[in-house]
Amino acid sequence: MTPPTTSQTPVAEPDQARRVRSTGTAATRVLGIATIVTMGWLVAFGLGFSPADRDQEDAVRIMYVHVPTVWLAYLAFTVTAACSALYLFTKQHSLGFDRVAGASAEIGVVFMALTLATGMLWGKLTWGVYWQWDARLTTTALLFVSYIGYLAVRGLGGSHHQRARRSAIIGLLAVIEIPLVHWSVRLWRSLHQEATVLDVDGNVDMDGLMLFSLFVGVIAFTLLYLWLLLHRSRAMAMEDQLDDQGLDRAIDARRAEVAS
Amino acid sequence: MITALSPGLVAMDNAGYILGSYALTFVVIAGFAVRVLRGGRRLADRIDDDDKYWT
Repeated sequence: MTPPTTSQTPVAEPDQARRVRSTGTAATRVLGIATIVTMGWLVAFGLGFSPADRDQEDAVRIMYVHVPTVWLAYLAFTVTAACSALYLFTKQHSLGFDRVAGASAEIGVVFMALTLATGMLWGKLTWGVYWQWDARLTTTALLFVSYIGYLAVRGLGGSHHQRARRSAIIGLLAVIEIPLVHWSVRLWRSLHQEATVLDVDGNVDMDGLMLFSLFVGVIAFTLLYLWLLLHRSRAMAMEDQLDDQGLDRAIDARRAEVAS
Repeated sequence: MITALSPGLVAMDNAGYILGSYALTFVVIAGFAVRVLRGGRRLADRIDDDDKYWT
């Protein structure tokens, strides 16, 4: 008697079938696609459709990546400070706030590094030098180094709550540098130009298509920031989970050793 | 001075610096994004779904 034929389609083990193997969800996928589309618009408007500037000529095109990266770095560091405050000053002392603070700081450091690099390329074209120990450049470099320090402190040993408390204090202190960076061009004599968008009088002194290109850049980098923040904070939650599991196993092994 | 044609067919002065700044930005972002995604996948394989709050 011939045994009944079975389907040749491999059937996944129930445990494997339901396992989620990434930090992605439908929302992050939509966000990721929107980020790629707006980045494409940024390239089209920044390098193509927007006109050259009367004074800066084509060097102004670097502004469409330089300015959004610094604004989003400011936003990222502000989110770090806000989440640090929420961790420290709420009763729950939720580690979720700490992880968002840490993830946001990592993204902010990447954006700030890009700000410095694109700013150096713009400086070479406009000022003739890559770097000058000018007030704006120096305070920006200081801000960058401060958040490298913040990330280094997060990497020190100790419990999750010790890490959260230490880094939250630094996150709240480091954010004070942002107004200093922003106002440095007014406080000291600086090579760096003052704000073109929203100056002290609230004026926007830019051509319409240039302003639109900058707006596209800000939207693209904001979407990118949100996408990265969701993925990185979820990965950090899993890192903490694995740390806890490792600690539990070590304690169990020690107890078994003592009992035997 | 390097000159190139931009997508809008406008001659661009100092194209090396300008295109370099865009290329650098996108390469760094792509590298960081890949690192974040790969790290997440590696960790997700070792954690139960019940412990993933986004599932």
